[in-house]
Formats: sequence, structure tokens, C-alpha cells
Amino acid sequence: MIAGRAAGPRALLGLYRAQFAVHLAAQMQYRVMLAIWLIGLVLQPLMYLVVWATVARSQGGEAGGFTAGQFAAYFLVLMVVNQLTFTWVTEVTEYRVREGEFSPLLLRPVHPIHADLAENLTYKLLTLTLTLPIALLLGVSFGADFSPPVWAVAAFVPALGLAVALRFVADWLVALLAFWVTRMTAINQTYSVLTIFLTGQIAPLSLFPEPVRVVAAVLPFRWMVAFPVELLLGRLSARETLVGFGAQAVWLVVLVAVLPWAWRAGVRRYSAVGA
Amino acid sequence: MISPLATRVPTAPDPTLRGAATRDATISVRGLRKTYAVPEREAGAVAAVRSLVRRTTREVPAVADVGFAIAPGEVVGFLGPNGAGKTTTLKVLAGLLHPSAGEVTVLGHVPWRRDRAYLAQITLVMGQRNQLHWDIPVGDSFVLNRAIYRIPERQYRETVDELVDLLGLEELLPKPVRNLSLGERMKCELAAALLHRPRVLFLDEPTLGLDVSAQRRIRAFVAEYNRRHEATVLLTSHYMADVEALCQRVIVIHRGRLLYDGDLTGLVARFAPDKTVVVELAGDAAPELDLAAYGEVVRRDGGQVAFRVPKAAAAAVVGRLLAELPVVDLTVEDPPVEDIIERVFREGGAQGDVASPPDGAAAREPSDGAVAVPAGVSR
Repeated sequence: MIAGRAAGPRALLGLYRAQFAVHLAAQMQYRVMLAIWLIGLVLQPLMYLVVWATVARSQGGEAGGFTAGQFAAYFLVLMVVNQLTFTWVTEVTEYRVREGEFSPLLLRPVHPIHADLAENLTYKLLTLTLTLPIALLLGVSFGADFSPPVWAVAAFVPALGLAVALRFVADWLVALLAFWVTRMTAINQTYSVLTIFLTGQIAPLSLFPEPVRVVAAVLPFRWMVAFPVELLLGRLSARETLVGFGAQAVWLVVLVAVLPWAWRAGVRRYSAVGA
Repeated sequence: MISPLATRVPTAPDPTLRGAATRDATISVRGLRKTYAVPEREAGAVAAVRSLVRRTTREVPAVADVGFAIAPGEVVGFLGPNGAGKTTTLKVLAGLLHPSAGEVTVLGHVPWRRDRAYLAQITLVMGQRNQLHWDIPVGDSFVLNRAIYRIPERQYRETVDELVDLLGLEELLPKPVRNLSLGERMKCELAAALLHRPRVLFLDEPTLGLDVSAQRRIRAFVAEYNRRHEATVLLTSHYMADVEALCQRVIVIHRGRLLYDGDLTGLVARFAPDKTVVVELAGDAAPELDLAAYGEVVRRDGGQVAFRVPKAAAAAVVGRLLAELPVVDLTVEDPPVEDIIERVFREGGAQGDVASPPDGAAAREPSDGAVAVPAGVSR
């Protein structure tokens, strides 16, 4: 898929299986760290949930089309979707390039994106076993108003899958800037702030002014997180849903097409300046 | 790639062997050059602001002109002072760096294209954190490498058994890498790098920072791996013991240029024109004697005197010493290879005729002197 000399699917499957087993074992070693991570992951949406629910109640039960219970549902679904789409490739890539740990990856007869993807998926499946029950528990205690139509649940699954793929590829592309930029921290910061805003993690996008919503929808951000969340909550019409799938597909195709090119350019740069 | 190289590649202890090396060279490097563009600005705030607008870079040559050919199964020591261009050359050969000029083929591949077929046949060991994942047991890293290199189950078992046996890894496999000592980590790193049985090994300072016994073990292992699998090995090391133990041939580069390419004894013969003759004199005879008549006295320690003597005169001087002085013990030594290398590096820049080592006959001259010396000849 990348660079046009892909390994056979069977070999790749074997690679993913091995990566999965190994990363699972590795991450299990760091249970405390995992727990701390998880607390962060839960606390952030919880904070916004409490704030927005309070706003809704103080405004006579509703704010921007969300009741307190709907805010609870929004932020808890968001918590799960965010956890499932989240990656750390920008930070990891910066570290690798800076510390010279990228070279060994280049010397393997397999594209490094596979290891990243496998590790990321392992982490997500592992943490899902915790975030899902936590979300359910919090949903009950905060009186989340969650009663999605059946079709929305069905449509949510592919939307989530596309969102995972889209965010992963987008993050990987941003991460490749590390080949050109020595200090990636500023870029990573900007990107993550944009992500938090434009994927609907601070507030549902419908609460933002028009220009912000347009930016979030034109860029891939909305389709990486907010779209599947809104879909599952039954807040989208059939038409909006189709548009969403279309946007996800178009962005995914564009980014996947750009990826090998950016990768080659990055590696060329890396191997010119001194790997 | 074949014929022009034959004339360029210098020296060999055995010309027929080198002929073979050029014909089916595993590694062939010709006119290799690599320059880095290094950002440059003067000190001071004004210069800093100016550099924001217009960056100036300076071309820094890491490798100026290097060429050699290495035959299948050869173990070659790659020597040079820090900054000579060794690591840059290794990185080019392994496919990490794109050279500025030159032709390189390894196993018939152009390294920096990094074809899967190429990467699956080589390994580069550089530093101690390449193959192994920090957080997981060594054995798990091996399993991962098995998947990465698609090593068939049976071959994998055999290789792991072999490596565990040769390097003594039994106890280490279940341990997470972060709990290993430096020496243990290096052993595991090497093993992980060899699971796919590479045909070409690039080893950059494989024994750096290790204690003597660990160094010896790594050395013995590399030799054994080379013997068993007929792998081609190109290694850099600051420890001459590594080079002496492993390499029949050394390539010396200095300031990005080839300085010497040939066997180790040839290096000694070429760059060490003197022998050191050490005599132990009986009683208190030494103080009164005119020792300078025999050669330059480099050290005098009680009854023990060390002379530096031109190689050609060594036999005669020894004869005279034995005949004329109350000698209790006598040894004739080549200077330590370290000293020779140091001298090569020191004089290297000034030397005009780079890369024209001695002919085969000179290289084969016995290095311990032709005289039958009664008291044990040592090196």
C-alpha cells in the first residue's frame, strides 16, 4: 500500500499478530501508567461534561440544542470515540528522529507504519475494555440521555472505522514534518490544540460560530471524531450522514495518496542530512 | 562495476584472492563522496536574526573519496580516527544515507534504494538500542523480528538455539531489556540483528564500552558467525584487539579518504619502519656503557633498556648487543598496532601517496624479526 512494494497480506497479518501479542504484553507491564493515562482520558471529557451540563441547567434546561442529559451522552460517547481514534505518532516520530531511533526502523524490510498501526490498535483494544465500562457507569450516574436509533448504531460502526483510519493517517502525515523541522514541539502543540477544538472535544461543533464549523468540516477534523459521535447520538439526518461518509472517504483517499509521496520525500531528506 | 575497480583496488596479500574479490565482490564502493550541508552563523544576536531570514550553510565533506571492494566471507576492519567518515560510509552501505557521489553496490543492490530483498540480507549494528524494544523481554523482541523478517519457523528455532548457545543468552531471554547490563544488551542486540541470518554485517563499534571478557566473547562470536555462515563483515572499532583478532584485512580512512587497504601485517610493515629492541642487562653494567652506539635509547629503566632501531638494521644490532653486552634477556618487538595506527592518523593527512600499500612480499615479511633470539621473542 505504501511505496508500491508492499509485503504480501499473509506476511503482514503475521506481523500484526506478533506486534499485537508483544505490545499487549508490554502495555500490561505498565498497568499503573496505563491507569494514569486512563484517568486523563476520562477526566477531560468529564470536566467539559460537568461544565456544559451546568450551563444547560442554568439556562432553563438547554444550551445550544443540548439538554444536560444530552451533554452527558455527547461527552461520554466522545470519550470512547476519542480514545479509539487517538494516536501518539506525532510525539513518537519527533522523538525518534531527534534521538536517531528512526534509522533502525528504516533498515527493516517492512514499512514502519505497520508497527505504529499495530501498536496503536493494540493499545486501543486494551484500553477499550476499561473505557467502555467507565463510560457506561458514568452514563448512568450522570443521567445520560442516550437512545440512538438502530440505523445510527449500524452506521456508526463504519463511520468509526473510517475515523480511526483518517485520524491515524492525518497524524502520521503531520508527524512526517519531523524530517524537516528540528523542533517539532510547536507544530505538535498547534496541531493538538486544533484537534481538540475542531473535533468537538471542548464542545459540540454545533455550539461554535459558523466560521469555525465550516473550517472543521472543510478540513478533516470534524470527520476524525465529531462525526461518528453525532451520528451515534442520532443528531444527524440521513443526508448529513451520507455527506459525512463522503467527506471521510474523500479525505482518506487524499491523505493516503499523499502519504507515500510525503514519506519518500521525508526519507530522502533524512538520508541527505545524515540519518 | 567490475573491471575499472580491478585497477583501483589496491593491495592484497595474495593477488589471486583479490582478483576474485573484484570479480564477485559482495561490497563494491567506488568514488564515494558524502557532504553534509551544515547550517552556519556567526555568534551574536544580529547574526541570529539574520540567519532567520537567510540561512547560510556550509558544505562539510564527511567522505571525500573512498573506494574498495570486499569479497564474500571477508572480515574487514574499518579504521580511522573520529570524524574520518567511517560511520558515514557504513550508513551509506546499509542504505541509510544517500551519497553525494559515487557508485556503491552491496550484494548487487544499490543500498539506498532499500529494497526489501536487500534489507532482508544485511544488518547494521550501531549503538545499543536498535533491535530491541526497551520495555519487553528480549525473547519477545526476537519474536517480533521473526515476523518482521518473515523467518520460517524452523530456521528461526535453529538460529535462536545457535545464538543462545554461542552468546550464552539463556538467562537473558525472559528479561526486559531495561534490566540488562551494557554487555548483556550488546549480546542480545547482536543476536536480534542476526536472527534473519544476514549475509552482510555492518558492525559499528560492536564492543564499545564493554569489559574485556565481554569484548572477547563478542569477538569470538563474530568470528564464529563469519565461519559458519560465510558472512561478509565490515566492522569499525577503536579496540585494536578486535581488529587483530577478527580482520585479515584493514581499510584505513582519514579525513574521508582511503589511506591504506591491505592486511594488518602489511600495515605494520609499511607504517612501522622501526623495531623496538629491549634488553635486560646484567648487574649494574648499564650506567657506564655507551648505549647510544647501538641505537636510539627510548627507555631506560634500571637494567632494562629499550632501543628504537631501523627495521633493516635490527638483526645486526641484536647480534652486536648479544656479543658485546652482558645481556640477560632480549626481545624484539613491533610497536603496538595502536601506536602504528596513531602514527598513520598523525601522518596520514600529509602523506602524498595514499592507498598504495606495500607489495605482497613486503607484507609477508616476518614481523618478529629474522634473528633467532635466545630469550623469547615476544610481541
